[in-house]
Amino acid sequence: MYIYDQYDQKLVDERVEQYRDQTQRYLDGKISEEEFLPLRLQNGLYVQRLAPMLRVAVPYGLMSSTQVRKMAEISRKFDKGYVHFTTRQNIQLNWPLLAEVPDILAELASVQMHAIQTSGNCIRNTTTDQFAGVAADEIEDPRPWCEIIRQWSTIHPEFAFLPRKFKIAVCGSEEDRAAFLLHDIGLQLVKNEQGGTGFHVYVGGGLGRTPVIASSIKPFLPKQHLLSYLDAVLRVYNRYGNRNNKYKARIKILVKAWTPEVFAERVETEWAQILARDVDGVTQLTENEIERVKTFFPLPDYQSVDEAAINGVLQAQAGDSLAFSRWLERNVRDQKQPGYSAVTLSLKPAGVAPGDVTDRQLESIANLADQFSNGELRTTHNQNIVIADVIKSQLFEFWQLAKADGLATPTIGTINDMICCPGGDYCSLANAKSIPVAEAIQRKFEDLDYVSDLGDLELNISGCMNACGHHHIGHIGILGVDKKGAEWYQIQLGGSANKNAALAKVLGPSLSRDDVVDGIEKLLDVYVENRLEGEAFLATYQRIGADKFKERVYAKDA
Amino acid sequence: MQKMLSHGAVAEDNWTVLQQPVETIPTGDILVPMTYWLEHRAELSAQAGQVGVWLDSDEEVEALVNDLGELRLIALNFPKFVDGRSFSSARLLRDRYDFQGDIRAIGNVIQDQLYMLQRCGFTQFSLAPEVDLQEAAKSLSDFSDGYQTAADQAQPLFKRLR
Repeated sequence: MYIYDQYDQKLVDERVEQYRDQTQRYLDGKISEEEFLPLRLQNGLYVQRLAPMLRVAVPYGLMSSTQVRKMAEISRKFDKGYVHFTTRQNIQLNWPLLAEVPDILAELASVQMHAIQTSGNCIRNTTTDQFAGVAADEIEDPRPWCEIIRQWSTIHPEFAFLPRKFKIAVCGSEEDRAAFLLHDIGLQLVKNEQGGTGFHVYVGGGLGRTPVIASSIKPFLPKQHLLSYLDAVLRVYNRYGNRNNKYKARIKILVKAWTPEVFAERVETEWAQILARDVDGVTQLTENEIERVKTFFPLPDYQSVDEAAINGVLQAQAGDSLAFSRWLERNVRDQKQPGYSAVTLSLKPAGVAPGDVTDRQLESIANLADQFSNGELRTTHNQNIVIADVIKSQLFEFWQLAKADGLATPTIGTINDMICCPGGDYCSLANAKSIPVAEAIQRKFEDLDYVSDLGDLELNISGCMNACGHHHIGHIGILGVDKKGAEWYQIQLGGSANKNAALAKVLGPSLSRDDVVDGIEKLLDVYVENRLEGEAFLATYQRIGADKFKERVYAKDA
Repeated sequence: MQKMLSHGAVAEDNWTVLQQPVETIPTGDILVPMTYWLEHRAELSAQAGQVGVWLDSDEEVEALVNDLGELRLIALNFPKFVDGRSFSSARLLRDRYDFQGDIRAIGNVIQDQLYMLQRCGFTQFSLAPEVDLQEAAKSLSDFSDGYQTAADQAQPLFKRLR
């Protein structure tokens, strides 16, 4: 992974001292509440319903075991001994003290971590595929590009006070695992006919109150021009994005208002002017720099293995243990390197808020990464953790250790692997609780044979229309709404975050808290009764439409 | 006399900022709204005092490109400190239109923006009257270097140091 040099380290250290001074001036009454707000947000600090919340950046989801151990230590020293993994691959501390945040940031800086721009109206953490580097369908490893974008966006002098937050995702593979079409800028790595690397640029995607799938504005941006083109997009947005109404301030609203074609032209004009002034090519990325960053993402020395023999052993182990067999099926994925697997550790056991992990579990995760991989791991936008490059012959041992630590729930990609926001239990924006709904669903569907039979099914829960739980892109989406002070839940169907991204449609009137789980069960019954062999929930829904689901859920005699 | 930060130091601010609508022109150095400047350029140029122009955050610097040679001061307003449009305006004045005079941040500008404002090409800062300018000036050097090209640095860090 990327290792800071003296310049990276100095900048992060100086940021800690800047924020320490800002916090002190705030506590001394020298900075008003209003002025302190964006300063603390841009250092990751929210003030939530119950306590402040600190969001720590995990650049493009990549962490070292050293960093994970540091998070465990911080959670013990400054918090309640657990952390939360978010849908944007970051980590949140739920109970830090405002006055101690500078010390936490200093601890983070000691392991090359920070909380810079994890909130506020600025360029946020760039996200990507958790299987980067090992996915069979990869066109190019997106992580060096994410790092280049991280550096460009960090303390960018022109874009710290944008109309609204700004999220960039990079997709480096055929299949999309980064939901890149639901970001303010989605960059897809592509090759042109000459084999040159470039980016297909999409803008204006996003969830929230007005969910929109991003529009293509440039089919091939040559790689060396990445940063000047990003500057052009951001400058157009910074100058012309809506600043009067925060609900109309995201770039998606500007792209829609102008049309993607006009937006693309405006960017093209701005970019042409930047390039026209840049006679020496100063704004261009050099091969030197691209190669320098790429060297930080080497692939390990893979051993050549007798895959047939290993598969035979695995089959035998799976035959002896149904639990191991389930885990292999749901949580283990082949890599492009034969004989190796990428393992997903589930952070969604029933009874725990999705994405929550204790300090002890963090240390176990770090140990697994050291023992079975190269000491690195990846956070996912589904709020799980991936350890890649596990040699297949060690999977059984890996599973036993992960299981002992509660990290091997064999439900990845199933209904019980839901994305869920903190909801009304923690968040001051929420209209309804979401974690208890997630737990009720997990309790209802405890039968692993049934869950496994249901197969791939994304269920996403948001406690309000700001959509932190990504309900618009769940195959089943649940949205908490407030009806005269009571918590109700709207059901949506048919969302998807892959290359054929689609937004879910509302099924009908919202259900009371008591009726949600029954409603979900009815949806699943309709699916099971109507599916063709091997057909997943989303495909069945797309084939038969919403009517049958609707009839069942809202049947009068039900 | 009011004070400001100019090129890193506390300085006297002798300029009067004229608000819209401009009715009478005082003596001395004046900062006039851009629309007023564009309509009354000839008579303003005949003033005894110096004349500068100020733009609000929603006004485009492109309207001034033919006048940049005769202006020594352009002020960019921040109606609210979180309104970041003037950061882009300053960069355009410097990077695209080669404006050589002073660029001053006026309005609701705060100490914690100084480093970034300076990187975008601002040279002068009118902060709120109660602000201790000596203290505030320290924020100009919150960081010793940045990754990006900007008005104060023609080369990105990776080309200079890596």
